[in-house]
Amino acid sequence: MQKYLVRRLALAVVTLLAVSLIIFILSRSAGDPVSLMLDEYSTQEDIDRMMAKLGTDKPYYQQYFIFLRDAFRGDFGMSIKEGRPVTDVILERTPATLYLGVTAFVVSLLVGIPLGILSSIKRGSLIDQAGKIVALLGQSAPPFWLGIMLIIFFAVSFELLPPYGRDDWNSIVLPAVTLGWYYAAANLRLVRSAMLDVLDSEYIKLARAKGVPYWGIVLRHAFRNALIPPLTFAGVTLGALVTGSLVVETVFAWPGLGKLAIDALYAFDYPLLQGVVVVFTLLYILVAFMVDVLYAYIDPRIRYA
Amino acid sequence: MAVNTTTDLLTPSGPGLGVRLAGALRLLRRWPVIPVFILALVLFAGIAAPWISPHDPNKQSLAERKLPPFWYEAKTEIVVQNVVQRVLPGQDDQVSLADAQAINPDVQIGDSIEIEDVARAGGSSKYWLGTDQLGRDILSRIIYGARISLLAAAVTLGVGGSIGVVLGLVAGWYGGVIDEAIMRFVDILLAIPLVLIALAMVATLGTSLTIIVAVLTIFIWPRFARQLRGEVLQLKSMDFVSLARVAGASTPRILFIHIFPGTINTLIVVATLQVGIVILLEATLSFLGAGVPPPTATWGGMVSDGRNHLAGGFQTGSWWISTFPGIAIMLTVMSLNLFGDWLRDKLDPRLRQIE
Amino acid sequence: MTTDMSTEQEIVLKVDDLRTYFTTRWGTVKAVDGISFDLRRGETLGIVGESGSGKSVTMLSLMQLIPIPPGRIVSGSIVLDGEDLLQKSESEMNHIRGSKIALIIQDPMTSLNPVFTIGNQVSEAIKIHQDIPRRSVMEQALSVLRKVNIPAAESRMKDYPHQMSGGMRQRVVGAIGISCQPQVLIADEPTTSLDVTIQAQYLALLKELQRDSNVGLIFITHDFGIVAKMCDRVAVMYAGRIVEQGSVRDIFNHPSHPYTEALLASVPKMEEDVDRLYSIEGQPPTLHDLPAGCPFAPRCQYAMDHCLEEYPTRTKVSEGHFASCWRLN
Repeated sequence: MQKYLVRRLALAVVTLLAVSLIIFILSRSAGDPVSLMLDEYSTQEDIDRMMAKLGTDKPYYQQYFIFLRDAFRGDFGMSIKEGRPVTDVILERTPATLYLGVTAFVVSLLVGIPLGILSSIKRGSLIDQAGKIVALLGQSAPPFWLGIMLIIFFAVSFELLPPYGRDDWNSIVLPAVTLGWYYAAANLRLVRSAMLDVLDSEYIKLARAKGVPYWGIVLRHAFRNALIPPLTFAGVTLGALVTGSLVVETVFAWPGLGKLAIDALYAFDYPLLQGVVVVFTLLYILVAFMVDVLYAYIDPRIRYA
Repeated sequence: MAVNTTTDLLTPSGPGLGVRLAGALRLLRRWPVIPVFILALVLFAGIAAPWISPHDPNKQSLAERKLPPFWYEAKTEIVVQNVVQRVLPGQDDQVSLADAQAINPDVQIGDSIEIEDVARAGGSSKYWLGTDQLGRDILSRIIYGARISLLAAAVTLGVGGSIGVVLGLVAGWYGGVIDEAIMRFVDILLAIPLVLIALAMVATLGTSLTIIVAVLTIFIWPRFARQLRGEVLQLKSMDFVSLARVAGASTPRILFIHIFPGTINTLIVVATLQVGIVILLEATLSFLGAGVPPPTATWGGMVSDGRNHLAGGFQTGSWWISTFPGIAIMLTVMSLNLFGDWLRDKLDPRLRQIE
Repeated sequence: MTTDMSTEQEIVLKVDDLRTYFTTRWGTVKAVDGISFDLRRGETLGIVGESGSGKSVTMLSLMQLIPIPPGRIVSGSIVLDGEDLLQKSESEMNHIRGSKIALIIQDPMTSLNPVFTIGNQVSEAIKIHQDIPRRSVMEQALSVLRKVNIPAAESRMKDYPHQMSGGMRQRVVGAIGISCQPQVLIADEPTTSLDVTIQAQYLALLKELQRDSNVGLIFITHDFGIVAKMCDRVAVMYAGRIVEQGSVRDIFNHPSHPYTEALLASVPKMEEDVDRLYSIEGQPPTLHDLPAGCPFAPRCQYAMDHCLEEYPTRTKVSEGHFASCWRLN
């Protein structure tokens, strides 16, 4: 268990370092920050002072460490667009993204897992076929398009739900459904196929022979085993959650980190964009790590490996 | 036991609607006619775009803006427009003083005026799928958009696939430190949120097809490397490899002449399933404005174009601008998935786990 | 192994004309087609046959674990301790499974749930079937594990299946089988995946457990060597039917059905010096389009015209020894 977690943690740290390095290289290749901040009337003295202040007179590896140190302290500089510290802007937007992400996640579990179980125990039934169509759509329909289709139907044509923003209590519905759909589909498919494998196994036969009632078999014996493959792939599919929130927040003008990143991109606000990318990656890696821990908890073979 | 080993054998008893649907879906799986047809169509559109597209994809026609698809009778829209001296390009909500006074002689600059938008009267066979906010033919743009999607997918998979194959072969064959190094690198790349980094890269390096493809390639090759490595580990211990070794074959020879052919099935399956992923990623980047820059027609960019013209919904909104390119993406990716699933079951059922 | 000892015991399980069919795309598969046998307390009945002969479906039918659909039990009765199991509802069956009739499954490597501890899995049946406090459940689980000679049983309770060897796991599966003192215990090829020494140990253990508890044991196998060691009586199955039934001694000394003969001939014998192993020619028939006559006829060296026309009647060979073959008439 410890060995496994240490490995995962090491991977998380290295990944974060890799991302920070990419960001650092990108930020330096975007142009000399000093020349961006000064104009033609600046003297050599001004330039030197500015370079010393920004640390750009030092070698690159030292600059990288300064960048790391500042990032570690939560200091990403000033946002050009907002004229405020990047950290403040990010902190302001984070709750909206977490709210959306968690809601979408809950939606995907509430839809995907029960549908997956039902599809597997009622194979070939109408619900199984419906599940297959949901899954196929979730796999194939791009979320940004799905969001727009939902807006066309539920917001602008029938005016049941608000199309943009986060002003009403029901503003969350369309973004959460859009973001959750992909995961619901993924959960459905994975739970279904895992359940089919598990229900076919010898230990389920033995549990039946012990006299465990049907739902006890499905929910206690089979379900926990059937959660393993979805969890295994959760790490892979999590990337889509970040991508998804970029896209979904853009489509629904949801005031979160994703929209912030896109706005920063359009406004050429590099410090802000860097900050958001680092925070996003951090969030992503944290969630991935939590999934790994949960995975080890559910599958004892990992825990003791 | 002959009876309950293959679950496929066991069909449910009552032929309800579900069963008939299952039959239809199974037929699709057995020989995916429709997906293959759609893929062939997309391929044809991409290659033959200049010859088959009815219009120039970038030809704007302000008089024919936001025309609905041919079967659709959109109601004429009453738009409120501000009266200005000269309409600036791209300002949908402005009307020139001269035009406004033709309707109502009393208006002044700075007033608002209600105008019936005659350009949206109804669809015609001139523009099968309607026109976008700049009066460009949507069908032609979809046909040209297929080019970008296919090009991005082909180059990404060609380059990324080759890198992945070589590194996967090397990692699996040599094992030890080399394997460890390559696979940890793969782990890290797979753990990075791709679109986000791509966004940052595009922001600094600029948008162009080359950069998009380069970014996608960096994140696609690890998937190939991981799969190939697994295959090599299995093949490595087989007799024909030992024989080749004993016969004095060089390592590159063993890897490429003896082992690589054994991995082709896996490779085809992985590639087919990855094409869909690449197309979706390219579309996502284009949608976010981090893809191939306008005015080049891309499916993702087209969906984005329609975003600001939804108001009014089915009654007066221009829903078709976003809808059709999105359907093109969905059908293509869906066909690739169905075709990939079918290929996987045919060529290599062991790969069920691959996403 | 004496047959006389067990005949005085009362009958715990009586199976009469059991038929289990499966509906498939290619027609009805008669996996079990009219089998009858009975089992006494303390007796071991071997059910022998090739794979596909219907012995595993028989076992699943006894437990009422046939997947419905596509399977269904068409007719017959399974009387356990005076009650017909086929008349029971699913929830009544849940109370019977594991408590009155229990199963020891084929493959010890896959028959334990990987995500639960050994203690958890052994105590589960006890928890379901006996209304006793949690503490006593654990004590009983522990005592069952000790009964199957698991060393350091107390600490093993907290282990997961993957931490145990195959032999140990098989013992745990055995422990689960006897945990509620069933009247009938079905062992479905319990030793096929174990190596020979462990197999011998396990068989000895099963025998010992049976002596202690006086349980009726049904032993499903394709291995006549194990039958000779373990069983009092044998039923030989072919194509969903019992073709011969009798005491182990009768069957070994006077095999009366050509299929039994062939099976016995294919068992390698240490004392004989044979050039090559005997094997039965041809394949077992596919069960969805059985011919009208004796299904073994196409592979039978004694087959007559009549064999292809009508299924042979059950004929008494000697007291308690029956076979279905026209040659006996």
